[in-house]
Amino acid sequence: MIQYIIRRFLYAIPLLIGVNILTFVLFFVVNSPDDMARMQLGQKRVTEQAISNWKQQHGYNIPLLWNSEAQDQEKVTKTIFYQKSVGLFLFNFGVSDSGRNIGADIQERMWPSLALALPTLVVGLVVDVSFALMMVLFRNSYIERTGLVICVVLLSISSLFYIIGGQFLFAKVLKWVPISGYDDGFSAFKFLILPVLIGVFSGSGSGVRWYRTLFLEEVEKDYVRTARAKGLTETQVLFKHVLPNALIPILTGVVVILPLLFMGSLIMESFFSIPGLGSYTLDAINSQDFAIVRSMVFLGSVLYVFGLLLTDISYTLVDPRVRLS
Amino acid sequence: MRMRAYQLLPLCFLLLNSCNDLQLNNPYSEDEGKHTVLYQSFSERPKHLDPAAAYSENEYAFIAQIYEPLFQYHYLKRPYQLTPLTASKMPEIIYLDRSGKVLSENAPEQDIAYTDYVLNIQPNVHFQPHPALAKNAQGQYIYHQLSLEQIQASQTLNDFKEVGTRELTVEDYVHQIKRLAHPKIQSPIAEIMKNYIVGFDDFAKQVADKPKTEIKALSIAGVEIISQYQYKIRIKGKYPQFIFWLSMPFFAPMPWEADVFYEQPGLADKNITLDWYPIGTGPYLLAENNPNRRMILQKNPNFHVENYPTEGEEGDQKKGLLEDAGKQLPLIDKVVFMLEKETIPYWTKFLQGYYDASGIASDSFDQAIQFTGSGGVALTDSMKQKGIQLQTSVETSDFYMGFNMLDATVGGDSEKARKLRQAISIAVDYEEFISIFRNGRGLVAQGVIPPGIYGHADGEAGVNSYSFTWQDNKAQRKKITEAQQLMIEAGYPNGIDPATKEALILNFDTASVSVDDRPMMNWYRKQFEKLGIKLVIRATDYNRFQEKMRTGNEQIFVWGWNADYPDPENFFFLLYGPNSKVKFGGENAVNYQSAEFDKFFEKMRNMDNTPERYQIIQQMQEVVRHDAPWIFGFHPKSFSLFHSWYGNLKPNLMANNRLKYTKLDVLTRLEKRKAWNQPVIFPLTIGILMICSVATFIIYRRKKVVIK
Repeated sequence: MIQYIIRRFLYAIPLLIGVNILTFVLFFVVNSPDDMARMQLGQKRVTEQAISNWKQQHGYNIPLLWNSEAQDQEKVTKTIFYQKSVGLFLFNFGVSDSGRNIGADIQERMWPSLALALPTLVVGLVVDVSFALMMVLFRNSYIERTGLVICVVLLSISSLFYIIGGQFLFAKVLKWVPISGYDDGFSAFKFLILPVLIGVFSGSGSGVRWYRTLFLEEVEKDYVRTARAKGLTETQVLFKHVLPNALIPILTGVVVILPLLFMGSLIMESFFSIPGLGSYTLDAINSQDFAIVRSMVFLGSVLYVFGLLLTDISYTLVDPRVRLS
Repeated sequence: MRMRAYQLLPLCFLLLNSCNDLQLNNPYSEDEGKHTVLYQSFSERPKHLDPAAAYSENEYAFIAQIYEPLFQYHYLKRPYQLTPLTASKMPEIIYLDRSGKVLSENAPEQDIAYTDYVLNIQPNVHFQPHPALAKNAQGQYIYHQLSLEQIQASQTLNDFKEVGTRELTVEDYVHQIKRLAHPKIQSPIAEIMKNYIVGFDDFAKQVADKPKTEIKALSIAGVEIISQYQYKIRIKGKYPQFIFWLSMPFFAPMPWEADVFYEQPGLADKNITLDWYPIGTGPYLLAENNPNRRMILQKNPNFHVENYPTEGEEGDQKKGLLEDAGKQLPLIDKVVFMLEKETIPYWTKFLQGYYDASGIASDSFDQAIQFTGSGGVALTDSMKQKGIQLQTSVETSDFYMGFNMLDATVGGDSEKARKLRQAISIAVDYEEFISIFRNGRGLVAQGVIPPGIYGHADGEAGVNSYSFTWQDNKAQRKKITEAQQLMIEAGYPNGIDPATKEALILNFDTASVSVDDRPMMNWYRKQFEKLGIKLVIRATDYNRFQEKMRTGNEQIFVWGWNADYPDPENFFFLLYGPNSKVKFGGENAVNYQSAEFDKFFEKMRNMDNTPERYQIIQQMQEVVRHDAPWIFGFHPKSFSLFHSWYGNLKPNLMANNRLKYTKLDVLTRLEKRKAWNQPVIFPLTIGILMICSVATFIIYRRKKVVIK
């Protein structure tokens, strides 16, 4: 398995270089170093000299991808792309164009993102699986049909509606929780309860339907019929046989997104003033902060590759038939 | 003893009942509400807190409370006037000729080669407690040579436990001027100051490759320390506006120790920089700096003696603005700024009393404001019931539509182009614009100078006679027929371009590309249609728009300017020929060039506020109205809401350090918050009752089955 993991890591290197080149090209098609300087220096009294100084200070006064005036390997190394990319592969994200250390910012902001995303995922999973099992238990009855209609309604509504509606009902009308904010430690509970519940509720339509499909596929199989023939109750069949066997696709979906939980949720964090990573990339794009954009895209790619690897490994744990080679 | 479900019921109701006394939606700790803490919000994190680099309103909201320049704007007096802050008196201004001979106060401008500003500061002003100033018993700085372990163990500035202070000296002011010149600081005013402060440019070149820590030992030719409390700045020529710059945070004192401390390798990796952790002498210090969540200003224990003003404008006494006269400032202990990106939670929190003040977003405008029969504005009944106060003020800003004067059709000095511009100036109905797009929050501009700035004329004398007439005691926009007549005189009858025999096509360049901007663009189109002109909207991203402006490839655009200081020079320079954007990269975005205007400007800019200056300003206004390089647009009007417990409210558009004058009635706030935020418990009660009923029913069914 170790060989497999090493091989996957080696495969990831050209992939990450590709992602980095793509980000670089896309960013600089839209923004020039002069535009970036103007954005950082503000609107008033920006002179050409000030722009030139800014570019020199931030290392944007050299060619983008190819330095024809340099000698030998410096033709490649003395370029913005090389200078800004090498550190990434050592997870040294450097300093943002506005002067803040990106690594320190990510470290600080990922915890609130995780504090929101992890309970949402866990509670959501429990709720979705429970309701999906219930619908399977009462399949072909009015309970299942009503459940399906509710699921379709839930997944048809924008998550923004749940957020605004939830804030209006629970924070404004009923006044049970603060409408927005965040605190450290256990004090964060009162701020997180509403966004977590909204996150669970808004995702439950699609979640329940997806898990129901997985369970229905399993309940038709021969081993389930055998279990019933042994005299087990339907509940026992579902919990002891169907659920463990349906775990593999559930695990695939969950493990792959686990590392990405750090990256936060833009809308949720913005509406609930949670100081996470959700808006970090978008704010950076708006302020033309290339240093942050490339770091976050790179980090996202690394986490995604890592998530896929974790999924593969987790297969071997839940299904003894799977071997990594 | 086993407790049965129904026995838990009274306990549940007791718990629920106790919730009535709690404020479950309180985002702050219960204890905090009893102290004089002001709660405000910010929607965008500030980019810089270094006073040499900061230049935005959202940055000044913080640093103006922490750093103290020499002078400040009087909080109550109008027109705006400067008073000493850390200075002991207003500066002594000495004019000199080329040989260094002192000239009289009334010396002609052309004779003045240099001006000396002799500045005196107060003794016994101390810096806030700060690790950069901490010394050990031997008098050595504790944190100026940090070890790797010390840096690794620190995550924020608060991890450096020892703090110190020292008295403010003029060396700190001089050090800051040197910092303004240092290219690594990238001060936005460095290029301007090169033109004025003697030796500034040479110093900038001298220190270009030197670290910030080395500038202490070097000197600027035009800045001289006379004594511990007195120094002198020599500027080139006469520049009366220089004193306004001296009252901005750019010229606030900076101890050299700050640069030595923050420049230590490793601290920047933890975001511990001077750009994020200020060190000032002001009424507040930045106790918590988490721009992703909240920023907290705490009363500076070392703040020098400064008292609330004892005099103000006529009527201030009546409004209660002098009730605190003579009291030691600041009047509140702490200010908490919470990051609030969305308007819905922000507005809700304000209504719940968790923010003490609020602006009015367009979504909530109708909920807060109603228009009276006479066209005035008033709070809605629901706002009045809460005791909310409304404060309105016309901002010292211009929001104008500009014609590129280099353009072959709308630009230039020809009578044809001028009449076309004048016709469009009549057709674009900014009264309607303000009503539709700004909820009435604006004042139609009649010229370059906004109200509150010297030279602004009210009433009939201030009317732009090319677009308006004075009728029924107010300015009335001229009829569209007059604009159509001007179009005929310009050679475009009914908007037909004789060259093409079709409707004249003009281009409107904008960076407003979103769907939300479409109604506004359609509105502009309709204004031009009144004259038969076809307006083509050329929407591009912001970068391309800026590029067009720099290269002169735009035709018509909208632009704005917010005053740096209350002087007409700060507005008229936007039309001064040598400030042309295309030719010189200046702020004259329309590239207007008029020999007559430039001559007036050169005379007016360095004059004192005398009747003669006022007359020249009126003449300049007339030249610009006649040439119409701008459609003057409007001066935005800001509407702010404050709760009843918020005191000493007076709009002051120039002073950024207003927080120290603010007072709060904390007991009223506590009572009102409690009254407004009682949780609604009955849905919970019903829910518990339903669960209990179902549980009881199930238990009953089971028991029945067992008995059978």
